[in-house]
Amino acid sequence: MTAAERDAGTGNEALNGAEVLLRVLDEEGVEVIFGYPGGAVLPIYDALFKQDRIRHILVRHEQAAVHAAEAYARSTGKVGVVLVTSGPGATNAVTGLVDALMDSIPLVCLAGQVPTKLIGNDAFQEADTTGITRPATKHNYLVREPGTLAQIVREAFEVARSGRPGPVLVDLPKDITVGKAPLTKPALSRLQRLRHQGGPDAIAIARTLEAMKTAKRPLFYTGGGIINSGPEASDLLRRLARKTGFPVTSTLMGLGAFPSPDPQFLGMLGMHGSVEANMATHGCDLLIALGSRFDDRVTGRVDAFSPNSFKVHADIDPSQIDKIVPVDVRIEGDVRDTLEALLEGWGETPAPDLSTWWNQIASWRSVDGFGFTQDMTPSAIIRPQHAVRRLYELAKETGRDTFVSTEVGQHQMWAAQHFQFDKPNRWLTSGGLGTMGYGLPAAVGAQVAHPDALVIDIAGEASTLMNIQELGTIAQYRLPVKIFILNNHYMGMVRQWQELLHGSRYSQSYSEALPDFVKLAEAFHATGMRATHVGELDDVIRRMLAHDGPVVADICVAEGENCYPMIPSGAAHNQMLLGPDQDSEAAGLTEEGKMLV
Amino acid sequence: MTEIIQHSVISVLIEDESGALARVVGLFSGRGYNIESLTVAVVDAEQKLSRITVLTSGTPMVIRQIKAQLKRLIPVHDVCDLTEEGPYVGRELALVKVVSSGERRTEALRIADSFRARPVDTTATSFVFELTGSPEKIDAFIELMRPLGLAEVSRTGIAAIGRGPSVFHLKKEPV
Repeated sequence: MTAAERDAGTGNEALNGAEVLLRVLDEEGVEVIFGYPGGAVLPIYDALFKQDRIRHILVRHEQAAVHAAEAYARSTGKVGVVLVTSGPGATNAVTGLVDALMDSIPLVCLAGQVPTKLIGNDAFQEADTTGITRPATKHNYLVREPGTLAQIVREAFEVARSGRPGPVLVDLPKDITVGKAPLTKPALSRLQRLRHQGGPDAIAIARTLEAMKTAKRPLFYTGGGIINSGPEASDLLRRLARKTGFPVTSTLMGLGAFPSPDPQFLGMLGMHGSVEANMATHGCDLLIALGSRFDDRVTGRVDAFSPNSFKVHADIDPSQIDKIVPVDVRIEGDVRDTLEALLEGWGETPAPDLSTWWNQIASWRSVDGFGFTQDMTPSAIIRPQHAVRRLYELAKETGRDTFVSTEVGQHQMWAAQHFQFDKPNRWLTSGGLGTMGYGLPAAVGAQVAHPDALVIDIAGEASTLMNIQELGTIAQYRLPVKIFILNNHYMGMVRQWQELLHGSRYSQSYSEALPDFVKLAEAFHATGMRATHVGELDDVIRRMLAHDGPVVADICVAEGENCYPMIPSGAAHNQMLLGPDQDSEAAGLTEEGKMLV
Repeated sequence: MTEIIQHSVISVLIEDESGALARVVGLFSGRGYNIESLTVAVVDAEQKLSRITVLTSGTPMVIRQIKAQLKRLIPVHDVCDLTEEGPYVGRELALVKVVSSGERRTEALRIADSFRARPVDTTATSFVFELTGSPEKIDAFIELMRPLGLAEVSRTGIAAIGRGPSVFHLKKEPV
């Protein structure tokens, strides 16, 4: 028996750092890595080559690797894993890391680094990756000793998925991955102290229940925390809403936690939210925030936000409570546990009579703020909202499990308004950071995670060009992603703001010199389609959905369409702009608001 | 709505690892919080723990945010708002160089004596005084030295600890 054989299975084989890394990833249940090779990670790519348990998806740009991993994580509930090289590899990943930080997506980003001895010498492809990514991650590590490698990687996964999830970066100098390293056994975590002990505070739950039983105009305001907490949290929310009869509104990140077609759902709230959601938020007497964080896109003018409500805020991250809007009851902990405690405390209490409140909501709902007029003459120009609505209806007809990613801008808001979700984890969008170019790589990540599902990137022509190189990844892995471009020849949201706030001076927002998207698709071995008039729309969508390979659908839509309703920055929820005919000053569009983004 | 700006002395117990201080300082600068002074040193070599004392200011909501954000940092073991938790002792050390001669020199020495500032370096034309006390006491001393040949000042920033027998840290943690 050789020494190597004797040591096999005892965890003491002579492995190099790269092999130790992959063993730990395997232990952590990693099935897929999104990455791009380079000098500093060659040992890791060599170790990947020699094994077949972990699959590697080669992207075309490191930013896309992170977005793909984000969508993989968001759509599966697992930790997404990224592998990039030192220097430019790591710096290209930064946008994605901040995106994941803002939207609380669990990721582990493994970055190569120059050998320990060269750190600080301005070596080739050296960057101070831990320095650069410190504010871009939940936590980061530089592995300096081979003996700490295995434990650091394990801890990185624990940090990424525990509490409020987020991205973690591990910087791996090349000497650490090349040299021998011990595959140490998992040690007792130092993170025990970070865990929230026990369930939600009983007094806070009791106070909330008391408020729920006496409220005349209650509202659940749910966020991405429900999605992060897992499908069980969505299920508990649905049960609690049924039992209480309370209306539910959701943030952009929380869509899907509560079924959009449900009559108790008021739609998304905030800047481009529904009339009923915003008016209900403004008028409610009890606002229960569940895994949402009072983002400025949600609150509008903070001092006018939900001015007469008793406020409860349940969040896993105590720093989010009382950050923007002071609340009356704070509930720290996993929203799943909070929902469970509320459901249990509510027990068999009959649903209170909220008919006055629901009648009020019905009158707001009758305004139909998402309304638009589509001329159905075949040669008529396509309204973007109509395109999204038809996409939803025709996708629904297929009966397939459907995942939707978006880029950032008007099309994203129209997708949020007009595409309906009845399950969590199906809606993949860049909420907090608002990263143009998110949707295409996100579709890659979702399709890799769910090879048999229908994955659609609802895109704008400007955003999608920011990561269009990922058509190469789509081709390489034969991912049948559908890229549905609402092409209005403008950075539409920029154009809309310029129209409303800057005297229609469309400075640099016209999408000049666009590619022919049909030819572009073909150049990347995909199928291109185009609809220029409403008469062609349904046929293009049907053909796109029926095609078993990747499709780029160029949907030529009305150029000047604005996204309504809109709460201009600096205005309150009851000051929505409902359409182009409304006096913008009456809606609170002020010089002061112009300073806000 | 007028916002009251309060000063707070916050103690942070943090693992003594590479970049830990940068995380704290980066948190303050990144979120626009104020640092009026900051001191840091290892206080428990066995557990590799450093104690940071930050003197900061802001509205009560901002101060609460600062503490909550500090607690989110992975290497942070504990955060204590000394200003809020009760009476505390806060001390700063200053080294003050005074270059003068004649009557101004004698006067500098006389005032130093009344402040219990010790000359730790003396030449025919200069003194370096060592002085400890509250930041206000040090401010007052520096102001008095200004017309007497004040040449250079080095201050540590405040180090602070709660009064009485209660302690805020050093619970044994699995590391």
